Amino acid sequence: MIETLIFSVVVGAAVGVAAGYLGSLMVLEKMALVGDALSHVALPGLALGILYGFNPFFGAFAFLFTSAVLIWQLSRITKLSFETLVGAVFTLSLAIGILIIPEPELLEALFGDITTVGLMDVAIAVVVSIVAIFLTKTIYNGIVLSMISEELAISKGVKVARTNLLYLLLVSMAVAIGIKITGTLLVGFLVVTPAAAAKTISSNLRKYSVLSSVFGGASAVSGVLISSYLNLPPGPLVVLAGIAIFFASILTRLGKPSAS
Amino acid sequence: MDSRDDYVLRVSNLSVTLQDQPILDDVSFNVKKGSILAVVGPNGAGKTVLFRALLNLVPHSGKIEWRGKAKIGYVPQSLSASDVPISVREFLSLKNPSNVEGALSSVGLDSKTIAEKRLGVLSGGQLRRVLIAWAIIDKPDVLLFDEPTTGVDLDSEEAIYRMLKDLAEKNGITTIIISHSVHIVSEYSDHMLAINRCMNFFGESKQINDQSLQKVIYGETECKHDSTPTGD
Repeated sequence: MIETLIFSVVVGAAVGVAAGYLGSLMVLEKMALVGDALSHVALPGLALGILYGFNPFFGAFAFLFTSAVLIWQLSRITKLSFETLVGAVFTLSLAIGILIIPEPELLEALFGDITTVGLMDVAIAVVVSIVAIFLTKTIYNGIVLSMISEELAISKGVKVARTNLLYLLLVSMAVAIGIKITGTLLVGFLVVTPAAAAKTISSNLRKYSVLSSVFGGASAVSGVLISSYLNLPPGPLVVLAGIAIFFASILTRLGKPSAS
Repeated sequence: MDSRDDYVLRVSNLSVTLQDQPILDDVSFNVKKGSILAVVGPNGAGKTVLFRALLNLVPHSGKIEWRGKAKIGYVPQSLSASDVPISVREFLSLKNPSNVEGALSSVGLDSKTIAEKRLGVLSGGQLRRVLIAWAIIDKPDVLLFDEPTTGVDLDSEEAIYRMLKDLAEKNGITTIIISHSVHIVSEYSDHMLAINRCMNFFGESKQINDQSLQKVIYGETECKHDSTPTGD
C-alpha cells in the first residue's frame, strides 16, 4: 500500500514538473486548449493497450505522435492554426476510442488511475519526463523568440517549422505520461493551469518557467497525497490542488500595480 | 570611380510576386559601405517585402549580392511581446548574453533602470531602442530597420534617427532604413530608394525634393509599366 503511494508520488512529481515546464510554452503560444484537445487523441491508443494487454502509455504515445505529425504537416499545407486542426482530429479520435473500449476500461482511460502504477510505470514516467524537460530546454529560447517575432527567429537561424514539430512531439510525450495520473479528460489541466498561475506573477522568463514547473509538480504531488488520505480518485484532486495554487497566485498579484 | 569593393549590397532586377500579386517589379540599387539608404514609398508599396527578400525570407527573382559574409542586424516593424513574461536582459541575451549593458548604453538606455523590466511594459520609444540594441548587439556590418519610429512621438523620432546616424558614422555600419517620413530622408540618409507598386527610383537623397519624384514617393500615380524613372 505504502509502496503504491510512493510510486504514485514519484510519478506525480515527475509528470507534474515536465507538464508544467512544457505547458509554460503552450500558454505563451496561446495553445492552451491544444494540450487539452490533444489528450483526447490518446484514447484509441489507450484502448488498444488495455484490450491487448500492453502498456497503454505506448498506445497513447503512438496515437499522439502520429496525430502530432499529421497536424504539423496539415498546418504547413493548409496554413490553418494548430488549434483548428487539433480540434478536428481530436473528436475523431475520441469517437473511435469510445467505440472500441469496453465501459470499465473506458472509465479508467477517461479519468486515470494512479493507484495501479507499478515500477515499470514509475521508470517510464521519470525517464520520459527528464528527456522531455531536457529536449524542451534546447528549443525553449527559439520558441520564445519565434513567438515574439518570427522574422527575428528566422534571421537568427531558428528553424521554426522543425522546432514546432519537436515541441508538438514533446507535448505528446508529456500528455501520454500525464494520462496515467489524471486520465485523458483532465490531463489538459496539467499543461495549462500551473503555467497560467506562474504567468500571473512572473516578470521574467526564468521565474516563469521555474514556477510553472514547481506548480505542476506541487499540484500533482499534493493531489495524489490528499486523494490517498481521503480515499478519493486522484485526478480531480490534482486539478483542485492546482486550481488552489492558481487562485493563490491571483491573490498574490492583487494589490500589486503590474508585473514590470 | 567606384569599385565593386565599395558596395556592401548590389541588387539588380529584383522582382517579388506573392500569391499571384506582383509586389516588387524590377528594382535595382546599390548600397555603399558605411552609407545610409532610406527606402520610402506609400503603404503597401512593398517596402517590408523588399527587406524580407534581402534576408532571403521570400521567393524572388533577380540578383541580390551581399559583399563577402556581411553580418546583418535586422529590426522588424513590430513585436508581439505584450503577453510574454520576458525581461529586456533576457530578450537581448537570446542573441548575445555578454554585451547587454554595452548594447543598451549604445542606444542611450540605462541598463540599471531598464534591463530587468518586462519587454511588454516598455514605452514605444524604449521598445524601439531595445530593438536597435538587439540589432547592434553582435556588431553587424549592415543594419536593416523597418520603420524605426513606429509608435514613437515626434521628439523621440528625431532622437532615434540622430542616434542611427551616429551609430552609422561611429561604427562604420551600413544602414538601410524603411521610413514613412519623407522629411527625414534628406537629413539622415545619403541615398534613397522610392518604390510603389509599379514605379521605382534610386538616387541621392537630396533629389527627394524634385517635383517629378513626388508622384512616385507619395504613390499618386497610376501603374504604367513603361514609365519607370531611373536615376544614379
